[in-house]
Amino acid sequence: MKLTSWVLIFLACNLAFSTISAFRLSRSQPTERISGSAGDVLDDNPVGRLKVFVYELPSKYNKKILQKDPRCLTHMFAAEIYMQRFLLSSPVRTLNPEEADWFYVPVYTTCDLTPNGLPLPFKSPRMMRSAIQLIASNWPYWNRTEGADHFFVVPHDFGACFHYQEEKAIGRGILPLLQRATLVQTFGQRNHVCLKEGSITVPPYAPPQKMQSHLIPGKTPRSIFVYFRGLFYDVGNDPEGGYYASDDVLFVKNGHRGARAAVWENFKDNPLFDISTEHPTTYYEDMQRAIFCLCPLGWAPWSPRLVEAVIFGCIPVIIADDIVLPFADAIPWEDIGVFVDEKDVPYLDTILTSIPPEVILRKQRLLANPSMKQAMLFPQPAQPGDAFHQVLNGLARKLPHDRSVYLRAGEKLLNWTAGPVADLKPW
Amino acid sequence: MKLSALHQSYLNRRRSPLDSSVDAPSKSFLAVFWLVLHCLCCLISLLLGFRFSRLVFFFLVSTPSSSNLYSPPFRPDLPPPRIDLTPSNATTAEVKTSSSRVVVGRHGILIRPWPHPDPVEVMKAHRIIERVQREQKAVFGAGGKGSRTVIAVTPTYVRTFQALHLNGVMHSLMLVPYDVVWIVVEAGGVSNETASIVAKSGVRVIHVGFDQRMPNTWEDRGKVEVLMRLRALRVVKEEKLDGVVMFADDSNMHSMEFFDEIQNVKWFGAVSVGILAHSGNAEEMVMSMDKRREMVDEVEERSSLPVQGPACNATDKLIGWHVFNTLPYAGKSAVYIDDVAAVLPQKLEWCGFVLNSRILWDEAESKPEWVKEFGLLNENEGVESPLSLLNDPSMVEPLGSCGRQVLLWWLRVEARADSKFPPGWVIDPPLEITVAAKRTPWPDVPPEPPTKKKDQMSLSQGNNNVVVIPKQQQQQQQQQQQRSSKVRKPKRRSKRNKHEAKPTDTTTQVSSSTKHHQERN
Repeated sequence: MKLTSWVLIFLACNLAFSTISAFRLSRSQPTERISGSAGDVLDDNPVGRLKVFVYELPSKYNKKILQKDPRCLTHMFAAEIYMQRFLLSSPVRTLNPEEADWFYVPVYTTCDLTPNGLPLPFKSPRMMRSAIQLIASNWPYWNRTEGADHFFVVPHDFGACFHYQEEKAIGRGILPLLQRATLVQTFGQRNHVCLKEGSITVPPYAPPQKMQSHLIPGKTPRSIFVYFRGLFYDVGNDPEGGYYASDDVLFVKNGHRGARAAVWENFKDNPLFDISTEHPTTYYEDMQRAIFCLCPLGWAPWSPRLVEAVIFGCIPVIIADDIVLPFADAIPWEDIGVFVDEKDVPYLDTILTSIPPEVILRKQRLLANPSMKQAMLFPQPAQPGDAFHQVLNGLARKLPHDRSVYLRAGEKLLNWTAGPVADLKPW
Repeated sequence: MKLSALHQSYLNRRRSPLDSSVDAPSKSFLAVFWLVLHCLCCLISLLLGFRFSRLVFFFLVSTPSSSNLYSPPFRPDLPPPRIDLTPSNATTAEVKTSSSRVVVGRHGILIRPWPHPDPVEVMKAHRIIERVQREQKAVFGAGGKGSRTVIAVTPTYVRTFQALHLNGVMHSLMLVPYDVVWIVVEAGGVSNETASIVAKSGVRVIHVGFDQRMPNTWEDRGKVEVLMRLRALRVVKEEKLDGVVMFADDSNMHSMEFFDEIQNVKWFGAVSVGILAHSGNAEEMVMSMDKRREMVDEVEERSSLPVQGPACNATDKLIGWHVFNTLPYAGKSAVYIDDVAAVLPQKLEWCGFVLNSRILWDEAESKPEWVKEFGLLNENEGVESPLSLLNDPSMVEPLGSCGRQVLLWWLRVEARADSKFPPGWVIDPPLEITVAAKRTPWPDVPPEPPTKKKDQMSLSQGNNNVVVIPKQQQQQQQQQQQRSSKVRKPKRRSKRNKHEAKPTDTTTQVSSSTKHHQERN
C-alpha cells in the first residue's frame, strides 16, 4: 500500500517537472504574461476541444503540385503545406467525418511559381472551385452546410481574392464558393473586401531553423535604433508590365501607397535609421542588435518582417493603416508593437523617440516571452503553442457551430456560377 | 483597355491567356493598331529618354479622376530618390499612387519640409538606446542570476597615501555593474579629507568614524583594522543591508571578475588573494629573490606562491588554506609603517573572504547553524580572521574555480609617518619657491614666458635639499627668481631614492638629469 502511494507520488512529481521543449530563444530575460482580448490563450491546448476531418483529395491538388516545385516548402506561403502535414498527424484529426467539428480541404493554391519564385494566382480560383466540386459530389458534408464548417488555408497576398494587385483583388472579391467557409490567411485589413469576417489571420511562414541558427548572445547591446532592409522604390516593378523581377524573394513588395518611399525620403540621411535596400548576410543578426524594426506595408499590408522582429526581440513598427495582425484576439499587438499611421511617416523619428523608456522595456519583455515567439512559427515537427496550435485554438473558439450553419433541406445559399467567366473553366 | 493590352504585351510569356478578353473578329485589327502605336511610343521614348507612355497614361487618367486624387505633395525641387533611378520613376511612383482607384489611406509620398535629422530627437534616441543597453546588461550581464548588492567595507585613515589608495578602490567600485554600498570606516573620526574623496564616488557611502587613531606599527594597525571592520559589520547588521559583504582594504586592487564571482556566494566564501609583499627597497628586493631561491634548495619544499586562499582537492572540495610563506622574510619584515622592508600579511587576510550579509542579521531565519551569532561576538577576545565568525570553518565555499583564479591583490604601501601633503591635495595658499643653492647655476630668465604650466618636482639627496614647487601661473609674474629660499624637509619616499624626478608633462623645457633646475615663468 505504502509502496504504491510512493510510486504515485513519484510519478506525479515526474509529471510536474516535465517541461515542454519550447523553441529555446531567450534564456533568462524577464518576460511578461501575454493576455489578449481572448484572455491568456496562447498556451491553450486545442487537443480535445475540437475534431478535424481531413479530406483525401487526389494528389493533383497537393502532392503533385509540390513535386513539381519544391520551392513551395520554403517560401513565405508554405503554411498551407505544413498545415496539411500537421493535421494529418495531429491528435485532433479524426477519421470519422460524422464526429468532426471542422473539415479541412488540403489544396495548394499558392504553389504555381514563376522562375523567380513568386506565386501566380491566376489558376487558383479554378483549382479551388474544382476541389470544392469534388468534395461536394463525393461527400455530403459540404452540401450540409455549404462549407460553413470547412476551413481553407489561403496564404496568398490578398487571401481568397486570388490576385496580387490590390485593385484587381478587390474587383474580384472573395471566391463566391468560399463565402461561408472559414479562411485561414495571412492577409488582414479592416474594411476590406478580401477579409471575411471570422477569418483567422496567421503569420507568413518563416523558416524556424534558419532563424535559430542566426541567434546571437542576448547580452549583445542593442545599438541600432531603427532597422529596415527592403525596397523603397520598386525599380523593376511595372504595374502595367505585370510581375516583377527581384533578386530576393523577401523584398518584392510594391503598391506600398508611398509609405516606404516616404520612409526613405525622410530618413535616408538620419544616423538613427539604418535603412537600405542592401540585403546583408547578417540580416538576422542585425535585427537582434536593433531596438525598432520597421514593418511598412508592401504589396499587401502583411510582411514576414513582423515574424522576424518578434523572433529577434526587435519592437515592430507597423506602418499599415487598418491592418489586422496575426491572432489578433490572442496577442495584444498594441502593447507589443508600435503602430504608425501612414500619414505620420514623416514624423516617425519624433514618434519613436517620444515613447517612454519604460514602455519600450515593457514591450521588449513581452517580446521575450517564449510563448509569443512560438506562436509566430510553424516548426516541424509541431510544438505546443506554435502557430498551428493557435489556428486550432482559433477554430476551437468558434465552436460550437451556430444553428444557422446547417442548411435546411433544399436550401441553397451559394451561387455556383458567380464570378468571372474564366474562373468557371475546369481545372 | 489600354492597360490590359499593355499588360498583355509585357506578360505574354508568363501569364495564361486568362485576362485577354478581346473579341475575335476585331482582334487582329486592334492588335496591329496597338502594335504600331506601341512601336511609335517606343521610338519617342528612345528619343526623349523616359517612358513616354506613362506620361500619356497619366494625363489620360488624371483628368477624369482628378476628383478622386489626394494630390501628393511631391516637391519637384527635391533630388531624385535614388541615384540609379531615372526621373521618370519618380513620376511612376506618383502616377501609381495617384492613378489607383482604391483610395483607402493613399497619401502619396509625404515628405516633411526639412527631411534631415533633428538633433533633439537624436539625443532622445541615444538616451533610449542607453537605457535599453543598461537593462540588457542588468539582465544578461550577471548570467541572469539576478544581481545582489555589493557591500564594500573599507577601513581607512588620513595619511599621504590615502588619496592614492582610496581613489583606486573608489574607481573600482564605480565600475561595478551592480548596486554598491560602500562603508568607509575612518580611524580618528570622520574627517573632511576622506569625505571629500568618497563624495565623488557616486555610490551610496556610509562614512563611519572610529574613535581610535591608527597606530604606527603594522601589527597594531592590523588589530585596529579588524576592530574597524567589525564596526562596519555592525552597521550592516543594524541597517539590515542585504547583499554580499566584501572587504575592500584601501590599498588593495580588485579585478572586475572578482565582483562577478562573489555574486555566486551562498553564505561564506573565500577567494585567492595575490600577496604583493613589497619591500620598497629595489636592491633588497632583488637580493631577497636570490636568497629565496637559495633557500628553496635548502629548506624543504614549501610553496612559494604569493597567494593566500582556499586549497581544494581534486574533487573541488575545500581541504585547507594556502597561506603566504613568511619564512624568507623572517626578521626582515617591516615593523613600523614606514619601514623600508617587506610588509607581511596576516595568516589569513580579511580581504580574501566574502559573506552574505544575512549572516550578520539578528533573526536566525534560514541562517545555517555553523555560523556564530554576530551580535554575541566579543571583540576583545581577539578576532583574527573572519573564520572566527564561524563555528565550522570547513563550510566555507571556495570561489574563483576553487581558488585557482587570483581575483584581487593585497598590497601595503605607505609613506613616512610624518610626511606632509597639502590638505585635500589643493595648493592654497600658493607655496613659496625655493631657489637653487649655490652649487646649481641659475639659468637666465628667457624673454617671453612659456605658455604652459610645468609641474616639476625634483628630489635630491645630499646637502642641497632643494625642492621647486609648482605655482599658479598668475603668481609667477609677481614672483621673481631671486627669492629667499626656504629649505623644506625632504620627503623621503620609499620608492625614489637616488633618481631625480623627471617632469611630468612634455612641454618644451625639460630638465635633464644633470640637475638643471628650471623655473616656470
